Amino acid sequence: MALAEAGGIKPAGASASGWSFPVMMGRLVDRSVVWRALEKLFWTCLSVGMFAGIWELFWWFGWADAKLLPPPHVFVGSVVDQAKFFNTATRWSIGTAMNSGPTPFEAVLITLGATTGRVFSGLLIASVLAIGMGVLIRYFLLMDRMVLPTITLLSPVSPIAWLPVAIFLFGIGNAPAIFMVVIALFFHMVLATINQIDNVSPNFINVARTMGATKRQIYGRVIVPAILPGMLAVLRLNLFGAWMVVLIAESTGVGYGMGQVIMLARNTFNPSLVFFCIFLIGLLGFVFDWLLRQAQRRILYWLPDATEKLRVL
Amino acid sequence: MCSETTSTYSSKDAVICRGVGKTWAAGTKRAHEALRDIDLDVKPGEFVVLLGPSGCGKSTLLYLIAGLEDATGGQIWSFRDRVEAPSPDRSLIFQETSLFPWLTVWQNVSFGLSLRGAPESERRAIAAEALQRVGLSAAMDKRPDELSGGMRQRVAVARALAMRPKVLLMDEPFAALDVQTRARMQDFLLDVWRDSGASILFVTHHIDEAVALADRVVVFTSRPGRIKTIVPIDMARPRNLFSPEAEALRIQLTELLRDEVDRAFAEQEAFGATA
Repeated sequence: MALAEAGGIKPAGASASGWSFPVMMGRLVDRSVVWRALEKLFWTCLSVGMFAGIWELFWWFGWADAKLLPPPHVFVGSVVDQAKFFNTATRWSIGTAMNSGPTPFEAVLITLGATTGRVFSGLLIASVLAIGMGVLIRYFLLMDRMVLPTITLLSPVSPIAWLPVAIFLFGIGNAPAIFMVVIALFFHMVLATINQIDNVSPNFINVARTMGATKRQIYGRVIVPAILPGMLAVLRLNLFGAWMVVLIAESTGVGYGMGQVIMLARNTFNPSLVFFCIFLIGLLGFVFDWLLRQAQRRILYWLPDATEKLRVL
Repeated sequence: MCSETTSTYSSKDAVICRGVGKTWAAGTKRAHEALRDIDLDVKPGEFVVLLGPSGCGKSTLLYLIAGLEDATGGQIWSFRDRVEAPSPDRSLIFQETSLFPWLTVWQNVSFGLSLRGAPESERRAIAAEALQRVGLSAAMDKRPDELSGGMRQRVAVARALAMRPKVLLMDEPFAALDVQTRARMQDFLLDVWRDSGASILFVTHHIDEAVALADRVVVFTSRPGRIKTIVPIDMARPRNLFSPEAEALRIQLTELLRDEVDRAFAEQEAFGATA
C-alpha cells in the first residue's frame, strides 16, 4: 500500500473497495455531482433561451414578420393546432377522415418514433457495414486495390442524388428511407474507419507482434479496440448526418415521418409548422447525442476528459 | 565467416550482429542510412547499454534485433537462430507507455499468454507472479490510466517478463520519468535482471544511466550509426555512482560523445544552410 501511495494511485474513491453500495448511494446524492448537472442544465437553457430571446425581440420590434418567421412563442404555443398536421398516420387511406385515428398528440409521437427508428436503423446498418468494410480493406491488400477507389469515388455523391436510386430500388415506405441514410453515411464512414486504423499507435502493434500475435489477432485484439474511441466519435457526428438525410428521404412518400410533415408545411405555406418540426428534430438530436455521449463515457472508461486541457487556458 | 550464409550460427551468444546495416526508404530519394556495419556480440545474461546522440540509429538496431524491421545489410542471430521475425524470446520495451488502455493491468501482463489461448486461471497466476517481481501486486486489477508513469513502465517490464524472454530489449524506457524515479527504476531493473538471467540491451542517451547499469557500453557515432568504441565497466555491484571510478567513466563517455554531438550539430547547421 505504501508503494501504491508513493506511486500515486488515485485515492480511495476510485479503488475497488470504494464501489460498495453505500458509497454508490453517496455518489448519487453527492452534492457536487447534482450541482454540476444543474449547472450544465442552466447553461443549456440559457444558450437556447438567448437564441429564442433574440428572435422574440426581432418579432417584438417588428423586424421579423410573424407570418414568415414566427417567433418561438407562436410556433411552440400553437402545439395543439400544429399537432393535427401530424395526423398523417392514415391520411393516405381512402375513406379515412382527418379526425379519425390517433389523437394529435399520439400522432406526433408516432411520427417522431417512425423517423427516429429510420435514423437508428440506418445508422446501425451503416456503421456495421462501414467498420467491417474498413477493416477488410486494410486487412486484405486486394480489397484495398479493388474496392477503395470505388468507395472514394462515390463518397462525395450527395444524398439527393441517391434519392431517385432509392425509389427505383425500393419504391416507397421504410426501405428507401433507411437505404438513403445508409448510403449517405456508408462511404465516408469507411474512409473514417480506414483513417482510424492508420492512426493506431505503432507501439501497440509492435508489442503484439513481439508477443507472437498473428495478423488476425492483431486486428481483432489490438486494432479494433484501439479504434473504438475514434469510431464512437465518428458515430456521434454521423448521428447528426443521419438526422439530416432522413428528412430528405422522408419527403418522398414514406407514409409518415418528420420529413413528410415538413414537405406538407412547405406545400401549404405553414412556417409555424416548419419551425415546430425543426424544434422537435433539434430536441431529439440533442437528447440522442447526450445519450450517446453517456454511452461513450461508459464504454470508453479509459479516455480522459478531452476538454480539460483547453479549459485551463 | 562462411557460416553467415546459413541460418544457424556456431556461437551460443544471446545476440550476434555481423555487418548489420539499415537504410530507411532504400532506393528512393528520401533514402537515408541509419546504421552501417554493426558487429556486436551479447553474452547470455549480459547487460549491454547502447549509448549515442539522438537519432544515431541505436533504437533502429533494437528494432532489427527484435525482428520488427528487416536489416538491409548483414545478419543477426540469437541463440544460433537467424532473426527473421519477432519472437517472444526477445521482448521489446518502449519509451512511451505501450500498455493497452482497454485492458486491466493483469490482462495487459498476460496478453501474450492469451494470444496462445492459455486459460484465465493460468494467465492470472503468471501475471500475479510477474507483477510481484516488479513490486506491483496491489495494482493487479487497476487500469493503466490509474497508474503513474513509473508504475506503467514497471507493468510494461512485467509484461515482458511474463513471456520469459531470453533477451530484453529496452528503448529508452525511463526517458519520460523524472530523475528520482529514474534512479529507483534503475535499481529495480538491476534486481529484475539478476532474477531473470536474461540478457538486456538498453538504449539510452544518458551517460549516468549507462554508468549505473552496463556491463559494457557500446558508444555509437552519429549518422550513419556505427560502433565507435565499446567501453567495459567492471565496477562491482551495487555500484557507488559517486566513486572516483564512476566519475572517471562519466568523463570518458562524455568525451567520446562530445565529438559525435559536435559532428551532429555541424551537420544540422549545414543542412539548415542548404535548406
